[in-house]
Amino acid sequence: MAKVSVETVDHLARLARLSLTAEERGLFARQIEEILGYAESIQALDTDAVEPMSHARTVASLREDTPVAGLERQAALADAPDPADGLFRVPRVIGG
Amino acid sequence: MSSAAREDGLAKYEPVIGLEVHCQLLTKTKLFCGCLNRFGDAPNSNVCPVCLGLPGALPVLNRHAVTLALRAALATQCAVQPRSIFARKNYFYPDLPKGYQISQYERPLATDGFVEILVGGEARHVGIHRIHMEEDAGKLLHEGFAWSGEKSGVDLNRAGVPLIEIVTHPTLRSPEEAHAYLDALRSILLHAEVSDVNMEEGSLRCDANVSVRLRGATLLGTRTEIKNLNSFRNVERAIHHEIARQIATLEAGGRIVQETLLWNAERGETVSMRSKEDAQDYRYFPEPDLPPLVVDDAWIASVRATLPEFAAAKRRRFVAEYGLPDYDAGVLTESREVADYFEAAAKGSGNPKAASNWIMTELLRALKDDARPLSEAPVRAEGLAAMIRLIDAGTISGKIAKDVFEEMWTSGEAAEAIVKRKGWTQVSDEAAIAAAVAAVIAASPEQVATWRSGKTSTMGWFVGQVMKRMGGKANPKVVNALLQKALEA
Repeated sequence: MAKVSVETVDHLARLARLSLTAEERGLFARQIEEILGYAESIQALDTDAVEPMSHARTVASLREDTPVAGLERQAALADAPDPADGLFRVPRVIGG
Repeated sequence: MSSAAREDGLAKYEPVIGLEVHCQLLTKTKLFCGCLNRFGDAPNSNVCPVCLGLPGALPVLNRHAVTLALRAALATQCAVQPRSIFARKNYFYPDLPKGYQISQYERPLATDGFVEILVGGEARHVGIHRIHMEEDAGKLLHEGFAWSGEKSGVDLNRAGVPLIEIVTHPTLRSPEEAHAYLDALRSILLHAEVSDVNMEEGSLRCDANVSVRLRGATLLGTRTEIKNLNSFRNVERAIHHEIARQIATLEAGGRIVQETLLWNAERGETVSMRSKEDAQDYRYFPEPDLPPLVVDDAWIASVRATLPEFAAAKRRRFVAEYGLPDYDAGVLTESREVADYFEAAAKGSGNPKAASNWIMTELLRALKDDARPLSEAPVRAEGLAAMIRLIDAGTISGKIAKDVFEEMWTSGEAAEAIVKRKGWTQVSDEAAIAAAVAAVIAASPEQVATWRSGKTSTMGWFVGQVMKRMGGKANPKVVNALLQKALEA
């Protein structure tokens, strides 16, 4: 079975911008191992002749290029924690 | 770096350049929702639950965006994939409300095309690796508000705007080639009406991948990616700078680090941005909310049927159909407006080469002098054609025609009216010309003796004298013939 190290959990946590406690790191390592183990058991099946299916519906339904009214700005910003001047505000980010 | 040092470096190292161009599509609405795709509106006024990434909102693909992406794919000779798949590219940044960008990864819309460019008069193909569809991110505002020191503002009007990303193979070998490719691509996207290709408004954006390797080496060197290139001129400058930097680093015994660089146009240099995240860190996986995009042959055929003719094809046709030299065909097809003007003038006059000459010399010069676009030229193609017909019919000489053209340009009158009003009709009447010839010969005994002693190169002088007497209106063919006869007598 796949072995998931605490370092791998840390890496994933960093990408997901999560800070984990020591307890959670161990817990998630074990849980991710279980999930990968389940995937491995499925991979043991012979699927050479089976077309991969990523979606239940096989063909996209498309929309026409017609404008539809969205949200008023006030409504769009209503649930934002820190709006000002019609903008969402976040801690200063630059250079990224 | 001095230009001599640069040449030494380039004698030893070969630059390898690949370009990624992001292009906003000319749709009315966004890629996955009905919000307006419009530049310049008040911040966060074109948003809805889908492009804000609110829980439970589902994307539905815009058919017209796919059609425009297909136009770009066919115009660059790409193979359209019958099934392509949208994928989630996961990363966290405040301009990306969902925490992932819907893009295409393993199965892009189109692959393996090319764009033809002219390098030193030679046609060359720049290979297109792939074209895929994706949504744009929002816009971050770092300046302009009282709170800008501590906070950044987020405007999500641009979030979800449809983009195509066009990726070349790493086959470009110089900054100048990169520039030529961008010019050609821009012209294609503009004429195919895929995008308004406006760099200032960000509807066309370019990143450059640059590496160098010893000449003759087969493996590629470590590459860097340059972002923030806001004009084709800056693309060229930044690549020049980066090639020189990499060669200098290697020559000093250093190593190139794979990283993303930002171009600072004011200082003319690149600055390191962050070490580039590996593709696997984006944790791409198929977008479960969007079934595969299926494009059938009928859709492709209907798109192909409405594509215009592009510059490279037009250039070849002008040579074949009108018998123009390659040079003329190249100049006339640089813009569609000039090409259309030429075709109208060539057909109207029945003399394509003359039409080409008049356009390349007089017309383009006059436009440049007046700093006017062709659409505002006072001499239209039909008017030029009528003037060329007057020359070909012998009514006016080519020399007088230049004055006629100037007069047409300033007064807007038709050539025929000007010729009539000014009395500029060419004189082909042999008796009148013969009288002038006789007068010139009688008045120039010395020159006649010189000519008769064998210095026949003075013929031009005699022609000039006769023309002077006739106010420049004599038919030069008749003048030549009569002079020859009189001098030999």
